[in-house]
Amino acid sequence: MASLAGLARNLSKQKIIWPILAIVVLFLFNLIVIPDFFRMEWKDGHLFGNLIDILKNGSPLIIIAIGMTLVIAKEGIDISVGSVLAISGALAVFMLNGYPLWVVVLAGIGAGLLCGLWNGMLVAILGIQPMVATLILLTIGRGIAQLITGGQVLTTSNKAFQFIGKGHLLGLPFPLFLAMGVFLIVYLFKTRTAFGLFLEAAGGNKTASSYAGIRPKVIFMTAYTITGICAGIAGIIISSNIASADANNAGLWIELDAILAVVIGGTSMRGGRFYLGGTIFGALFIQSLTTTIYSLGVEPSSILLVKAVVVIIVCLIQSDLFRQSFKLAKKKVAAS
Amino acid sequence: MSTDYVLHMKGISKSFPGVKALSNVDFGLRKGEIHALMGENGAGKSTLIKTATGVYDWDSGEVRLAGRPIAPKSPLEAQQLGISTVYQEVNLCPNLTVAENIFIGRHPRKRGFIHWDKMYADSERLLERLDLYIDVKQPLSHYSVAIQQMVAIARAVDISNGILILDEPTSSLDANEVKQLFKVMRKLKQEGMGIVFVTHFLDQVYEVTDRITVLRNGTLVGEYVTSALSKTELVSHMIGREWSTEETAGMKAVEQISRDLFLQASTLGKRGSIYPIDLQIGKGEVLGLAGLLGSGRTEIAKLIFGIDKADEGILTIDGEQISSMYPQKAIQKGLGFTPEDRKVAGIVGELTIRENIVLALQARKGLFSFIPLRKQKEIANKYIELLKIKTPSAEQKIENLSGGNQQKVILARWLATQPKLLILDEPTRGIDVGSKMEIRKLILELAASGISILIISAELDEIVQCCNRIIVLRDRIKIGEVSGASMRENVIMEMIAKGAELYGKPGGIGA
Repeated sequence: MASLAGLARNLSKQKIIWPILAIVVLFLFNLIVIPDFFRMEWKDGHLFGNLIDILKNGSPLIIIAIGMTLVIAKEGIDISVGSVLAISGALAVFMLNGYPLWVVVLAGIGAGLLCGLWNGMLVAILGIQPMVATLILLTIGRGIAQLITGGQVLTTSNKAFQFIGKGHLLGLPFPLFLAMGVFLIVYLFKTRTAFGLFLEAAGGNKTASSYAGIRPKVIFMTAYTITGICAGIAGIIISSNIASADANNAGLWIELDAILAVVIGGTSMRGGRFYLGGTIFGALFIQSLTTTIYSLGVEPSSILLVKAVVVIIVCLIQSDLFRQSFKLAKKKVAAS
Repeated sequence: MSTDYVLHMKGISKSFPGVKALSNVDFGLRKGEIHALMGENGAGKSTLIKTATGVYDWDSGEVRLAGRPIAPKSPLEAQQLGISTVYQEVNLCPNLTVAENIFIGRHPRKRGFIHWDKMYADSERLLERLDLYIDVKQPLSHYSVAIQQMVAIARAVDISNGILILDEPTSSLDANEVKQLFKVMRKLKQEGMGIVFVTHFLDQVYEVTDRITVLRNGTLVGEYVTSALSKTELVSHMIGREWSTEETAGMKAVEQISRDLFLQASTLGKRGSIYPIDLQIGKGEVLGLAGLLGSGRTEIAKLIFGIDKADEGILTIDGEQISSMYPQKAIQKGLGFTPEDRKVAGIVGELTIRENIVLALQARKGLFSFIPLRKQKEIANKYIELLKIKTPSAEQKIENLSGGNQQKVILARWLATQPKLLILDEPTRGIDVGSKMEIRKLILELAASGISILIISAELDEIVQCCNRIIVLRDRIKIGEVSGASMRENVIMEMIAKGAELYGKPGGIGA
């Protein structure tokens, strides 16, 4: 029993436990309230069901949240990812009319890369506040996307392109593999090169890092560029999934979900240590929450409210300070 | 006659996590005197002032204001009691008018509205007292830093109840402005005000103060009447011997006569930071930089390591002339630098000891030649053992270690790069005596193994003990060099104390 308590204590120190716990609690709730939630079907050679939907719809969010983790580790933020996603999606669909698929995909990712470089330059080289610097692209990004689409919602019937967002591989949705691929690449970049160490050091203490010979500017540029690329990939997935480029609504507010996913995943907004695994589960939790709320049939007008309340609860439970004061209060009650 | 004291602090102790900032310090300010508070960085001057002004509370001791015990909980409360401070950096609002700055938060009112006419008239009257005749309706930013400083003083005087604390008010003033400030200080003194004057310019202390209290390492060295204390004695109280010689006897490296040159700087300087200086460091030599706070010690180190860019002079390392220096290049050339401010520029607090140790080595190797985890652990454990770093494991967060052990980790970071020259800026500041001895021993061992060392320290005994040669600095100028038999504390202290007369330029080279 004592060892069990010890195990629980050790687990509670692992940051990744909180988003996983949140998902478990949410699923338990679903098990009781919506028994149908977990039903899965095998149809046309692939799986269908809420869980699969979560993985499929959550993939762009996971990809963007991975990028967001890196910039938050820098003690920065990137609120332009939604707009970058719209640019990439618009460009991809626009270019389908006349270019082969691989050029289209590269162009979408390239657009994300350029946007990331732009943000990185503003933040790392010119020293503009990250919130303000990325606000620029947040605002004009959708304008650029509209210029590309000519102010209309472009549609496409290219089957190969649609496979990226809608297709299935081994019975599972294809975007899931893309998300796993991005995670793997960034994870290897973190653990098999010195990038992880440099980013955590520079995010934790910029002065000390530069005294030790690290060039924080280069590291921060890299982080923003990777975030841009992630947004570019997510843009292609989303436009492919809806077979169209919607400059106004594609990926709207996704930056907020991504930031939440990172924070729930255990990475501090003050920079330093970052947790890619935590971010994945954070993103999955948010997607599960969204799907749950839809399944419950909550009125569309109150969906955001319900989401906000749940997120507040999760963040409170995650806060050491809150848990401590809660424990103290419990002790006081016990004592009296 | 304790009733003479306007402010009397008795037996003040104050601890921060891991550091005893003040232990049993007394300080008494009398009516109508200017009282200098002196000491090196980390001596406890600002902590003492901050306890009196309500920024910190103290652990034990008593503070009496005009004989009445007080315990201000906030700067506001201290102000209401009549203790007000003018800080080094003018902290007023540059976009507001002079009058608004003087009366901010306590505007005179008439029927609930601000009584502008009265405010302007009162401001003018207050400034007249300081012989300052300016348009109080102009924004503060309109005026020079010196006048802004005066406005800050005017405000402080108006709030004050017989006590004024000036925390390094002269560091950004030129010689004339300093003179003007001293005139005002003397005038206020004659009106019966007690003034605490914090500065590190020796000449200014002798020019204007009546009494001097010296702190060192958080303890009181003593209170002296200025006219009865020679400059050499004062310097000795501030940075002289701290404990007996016995402990370190025989540690000193054997002097070698011929050395190959490793690093040479000729007329290396940076405007506003350090006047052009020449220095050479031989292979395996321990060179010391001695001088008081603000003498340019750290500035030289920063120029050599490329943290600040020199705007004149030539730097040669190992026979190769370096055109533009920056930390990465310095590290490539075999330099290492442990900065003065460990928390800000040394450790990355939330990373582990292992990560902190391999940081510089990895930075030199670059992004893609990643040191495998196994190898990292090997390196970390090697240095933990070698430097006797007290920690349960290499995977501890460095911020959990004591100051001395943190310093050893930073040393390990550089040793792992196998440096040719280590620049150690105050390597033993804020560290307990035991660890100090260990680190000093280590420095000598490193030098014996052939590493050149440039060491900066405010503690003369430390420098005399460790170095082969010492460069003495004062007011950002190199005033001399000692080695061999003349390398004694009293010689250096005299050089610093007399530097002004010998080299003509008095303190107050502010800007």
